[in-house]
Amino acid sequence: MSAEHTLRTRDVRLGYDGHEVVKGLSVDIPPGRITMIVGPNACGKSTLLRSMARLLAPTSGEVLLDGKSVHGMPTKEVAAVLGILPQSPVAPDGITVSDLVGRGRYPHQGWFRRWTSEDDEAVAQALLATDVLELAARPVDELSGGQRQRVWIAMALSQRTDILLLDEPTTYLDISHQLDVLDLLTDLNREYGSTIAVVLHDLNLACRYADHLIAMKDGRIVAEGTPAEIVTASLVTEVFGMRCSVAEDPASGTPMIVPMGRHHLTRASASPVPASGSPVPAPGSPLPASGAPHPATAE
Amino acid sequence: MSRETAEHPAKAGPSPRDERLADAVREVVRVRRTGRARSTTVCLVLSAAVFAALCLSLAYGDLMIPVGDVIATLAGGGDAGTQFVVLELRLPRALIGLLVGAAFGLSGAVFQTLLRNPLASPDVIGISAGASAAAVLAGVTFGASGYALSASAVVGSVLSAAAIYALAWRQGVAGYRLVLVGIGMGAALSSVISHLLTSSDVSVAQNALAWLTGSLNGRSWKQFWPLLAALVPLVPATFAAARSLRALQLGDDTAMGLGSRVERGRLVLIGCGVALAGVATGAAGPVTFVAFVAAPIARRLVPRQGAALLPAALTGALIVLLADFTAQHLLGATQYPVGVVTSVIGAPYLLWLLAGANRVGKGG
Repeated sequence: MSAEHTLRTRDVRLGYDGHEVVKGLSVDIPPGRITMIVGPNACGKSTLLRSMARLLAPTSGEVLLDGKSVHGMPTKEVAAVLGILPQSPVAPDGITVSDLVGRGRYPHQGWFRRWTSEDDEAVAQALLATDVLELAARPVDELSGGQRQRVWIAMALSQRTDILLLDEPTTYLDISHQLDVLDLLTDLNREYGSTIAVVLHDLNLACRYADHLIAMKDGRIVAEGTPAEIVTASLVTEVFGMRCSVAEDPASGTPMIVPMGRHHLTRASASPVPASGSPVPAPGSPLPASGAPHPATAE
Repeated sequence: MSRETAEHPAKAGPSPRDERLADAVREVVRVRRTGRARSTTVCLVLSAAVFAALCLSLAYGDLMIPVGDVIATLAGGGDAGTQFVVLELRLPRALIGLLVGAAFGLSGAVFQTLLRNPLASPDVIGISAGASAAAVLAGVTFGASGYALSASAVVGSVLSAAAIYALAWRQGVAGYRLVLVGIGMGAALSSVISHLLTSSDVSVAQNALAWLTGSLNGRSWKQFWPLLAALVPLVPATFAAARSLRALQLGDDTAMGLGSRVERGRLVLIGCGVALAGVATGAAGPVTFVAFVAAPIARRLVPRQGAALLPAALTGALIVLLADFTAQHLLGATQYPVGVVTSVIGAPYLLWLLAGANRVGKGG
């Protein structure tokens, strides 16, 4: 197992154009585990991931890779240990799958070390792992969204880093391809002991696939730990401002969030006041009035 | 590395997994070699075409010389008369055309690939306009000619590029903004040129105008050597800097993640592209649209092979040689400047690109 590299932040403050998004945050990414970062839009989760990948310098505090400031290290040295797949990357026109995946070898090449058999092997292995070998000669812009995402992950894999950060790798994918991507990340983690940190939108998939879950809101961490430890209805309500109940995922036994909006609720789920911290419906709110018989329950 | 040890838990003969990996490696190597073989073939064919066009332009003229004699003369033979016509009159002009075309083609390929936009060539985004404005200013106002005129064109392209870069800078430079600022800069500089021309003496303006179209008329060895001296360090520097294009092409975040120093890499590449365009403009004037069309043609000849810098340079050389031949010999008695022919090729392509870009709502 390759849990030798550590990644943590110490009191990082992050922002764009003077607007502060992350306000002094310290986090340890557990080595050799899969960490998922969840939170509402604009909570700073992608910003945090970008700073850990040294794409964004903190205004104060630091990001430490093996105890050294990631923004002070030579960027190629970082690239040998830590890979990042940014949110919805765009491939150059007409580039082939094997060419794009080969670009992941960039940090391992230099002025006098061009393409070698080790590069071929890394590319081949990445294509196999993501199941896109038969697409190797095809142009990336002819592929479907799911194939394209797997190709980008292959690009990140061919970099062969022990730490891999991914910013919403399942965006724009249908549910089965989302599962494919997360299964692939789990395979990597289990086979090579890679440290993986993912920003993910889907709470239930995050709960199922994460060893370690970080819930963020307004640039701060609200809770972190295993999903089973930390995910409760009140936490989800606090982080997302949404009523819900938490059940056991029948497939995996992990917490499963059942969101509750204002409509389409049975009386049983609508009437009991949910766990503490959730907003009690104000008088006059458009929730189903208790007096009006619900068709489903009236029978 | 830990990954390799995980891959080979035991050294007891090839497992089915090792065989799958070996097959995959063979496939990767095959795909890579196929692409490279096509590149090599295209470069060889283009080189042969450039040489043929060169011989054609040396053979053709008031005094027709058989191609066999041309080649013999190039190899050191031939009689004194042929030697004079081929080596003194026609060769410098043809070689300047070749080098200028290659420099424009290379510059266009660098810009278009780096900024990920087919419109981003030095003649569209105001860099050639900067060279022209400076040269016209020097020629019309200060009576500069020869080396001084060429030098002011180079200085002008660098100044204009620096201004575009500074105006487009917002914590880094995005390709799209740079193209827009550049087009604006080009428009502003064109009006400066028009002003200089209208307010100057007619015969001076006439000369300036011929230079502005891009012309190889009356070029001799005197103009060739400084051009060669500038390109000898510039071209290898560009190919060396293009290594970082492999990362930069994927977008800033991905490139940074791959360990590329993005701003530095981009600045060096823009510097090389600007210098190439400036030097070429200094030698022959802004031969319009060569930088703009050479790279797209080259990319079509070698599809899916990244930036295709060498094919773009060869294509640029071929375009200028053929365009100059057309302008000299195929358009009746008048000798037109080469730039007239290249704009006839380039302008429709620009319109077609803009129309297409609007339809799909991207690019320009």
